[in-house]
Amino acid sequence: MYDPTVARLTYRALLGRRRALILSALPVLLIVISVIVRGLVGTDDQTAADLLGGLAIATMVPIIGVIAGTGAIGPEIDDGSVVYLLSKPVKRPTIIFTKLIVAIAVTMVFSAGPTLIAGFILNGNGQQIAVAYTVAALVASIAYAALFLLLGTVSRHAVVFGLVYALVWEALFGSLVSGARTLSVQQWSLAVAHEVTGGSMVTSDVGLPTATVLLVVVTVLATWYAGQKLRSLTLAGEE
Amino acid sequence: MAVEHPAAAPPGDQTRIHNIGYRNYDGPRLGRSYATRSLYSQSLRGSYGLGRSVKSKVLPMLLFAVMCVPAAIMVAVAVATQANDLPVDYTRYAIIMQAVISLYVASQAPQSVSRDLRFKTVPLYFSRPIETADYVRAKYAALASAMFIITAAPLVVLYVGALLAKLDFADQTKGFAQGLVSVALLSVLFAGIGLVIASVTPRRGFGIAAVIAVLTISYGSVSTLQAIAESQGTTDAIAWIGLFSPITLIDGVQSAFLGATAASPGGVGPGNGEGVVYVLVALGLIAACYGLLMRRYRKAGL
Repeated sequence: MYDPTVARLTYRALLGRRRALILSALPVLLIVISVIVRGLVGTDDQTAADLLGGLAIATMVPIIGVIAGTGAIGPEIDDGSVVYLLSKPVKRPTIIFTKLIVAIAVTMVFSAGPTLIAGFILNGNGQQIAVAYTVAALVASIAYAALFLLLGTVSRHAVVFGLVYALVWEALFGSLVSGARTLSVQQWSLAVAHEVTGGSMVTSDVGLPTATVLLVVVTVLATWYAGQKLRSLTLAGEE
Repeated sequence: MAVEHPAAAPPGDQTRIHNIGYRNYDGPRLGRSYATRSLYSQSLRGSYGLGRSVKSKVLPMLLFAVMCVPAAIMVAVAVATQANDLPVDYTRYAIIMQAVISLYVASQAPQSVSRDLRFKTVPLYFSRPIETADYVRAKYAALASAMFIITAAPLVVLYVGALLAKLDFADQTKGFAQGLVSVALLSVLFAGIGLVIASVTPRRGFGIAAVIAVLTISYGSVSTLQAIAESQGTTDAIAWIGLFSPITLIDGVQSAFLGATAASPGGVGPGNGEGVVYVLVALGLIAACYGLLMRRYRKAGL
């Protein structure tokens, strides 16, 4: 199910040349802001929770998820070079699975790692806040990567639709319509984080059973369907 | 009409150039400004998917609708309830809808420049009589105009609705004019930032993600820092922090000079002195974007 060559190529596509530098700009910014806040405020649990919840989980993880998830397959389909990959004797679900693993790994490294560091800078993991949000980032990375990888195989405008989901659905509708929060990767991951650490600082609108089931279902279904899409991929010309 | 070319080759010499009747163009040459205007109108139409495939019309039109529908609903409510005022100020509308505006500029800026880079059509443009400055100006003006259309249209809806609801004419006109100035500044600023980022990458998807990341992350960090500054009671800092993201920059300019209430936490806006700094930073950013674009396209080889 895991093909090292495909993985190597995907890593190069995602992190090659200057892309790793650009991708690490976001985590660096998060850490810089944490340092500034720590300097201004000192250790404050509520501030730490607000910053990690508002900036890291709500904004940074989805954006990195979109870049890594769609970037793992989108550009190849876009410029047509995916046919060279598809013409090799590698099963297409294997290609998807490998690319998913890579996308998850990249998202985790660039989102969960900085979240943990920022959490320790902000309040030294008081009330388990740093660990809780790191768990949330890890869980969210898996679901986002699977979801956006599927989008990358379905649409040429995957990045836009991914961002519409992350910014308009989760952030805008999520804050206006509480029902929208039930269908939000962010809330599912927060539910898991809440359960893992048992703290009161990390809360979610979704219960743990619902969240876990939905997370697993979304990840598995998205991966399976992306494999199916790739089996019957037709390359459209540039519009 | 092919010009008869006398076969003047000396006898015995078998080499000759056959004239197959190609003719020089001797119609009117419309020149540099015409080419620039064409590029402008094509780019502007392209920003709404006009003249392109149906698929590429979907997103801009959808975002345009999303921008206008809330305005229409607000107007309907104001008319139905005989309200004395619109539920939102003209200047506030763009701030509320900033996610949609960001998505629009993020999706259309790469559409405008990245594809030219990717399919290497930029040298073809420069083989026409246009210069680097013409290309940059045409693209910049086209995206700024497209942004202005999408941000000003809901204001027009609000204004017409306000007049239909028989609200105070002078008051509404003043607010509408202030709103238009504010969205004009916003359009030029956002278009510049979007184009500079998009012109770096030939990958459309990566360009979109980069533009949206710059816009939302800067807003996210600035508003987080402002909220912290407010809870710490250091309200002086709020206005200065606002300088660091495009949308709070616009918000600061309009709350200092265009009669808007600041959207920042605690409603603390910059005063007149700080407002001047805001305007200078906004204009400086626009000039910097233009300069960076000129630098980017200086080499036609790319």
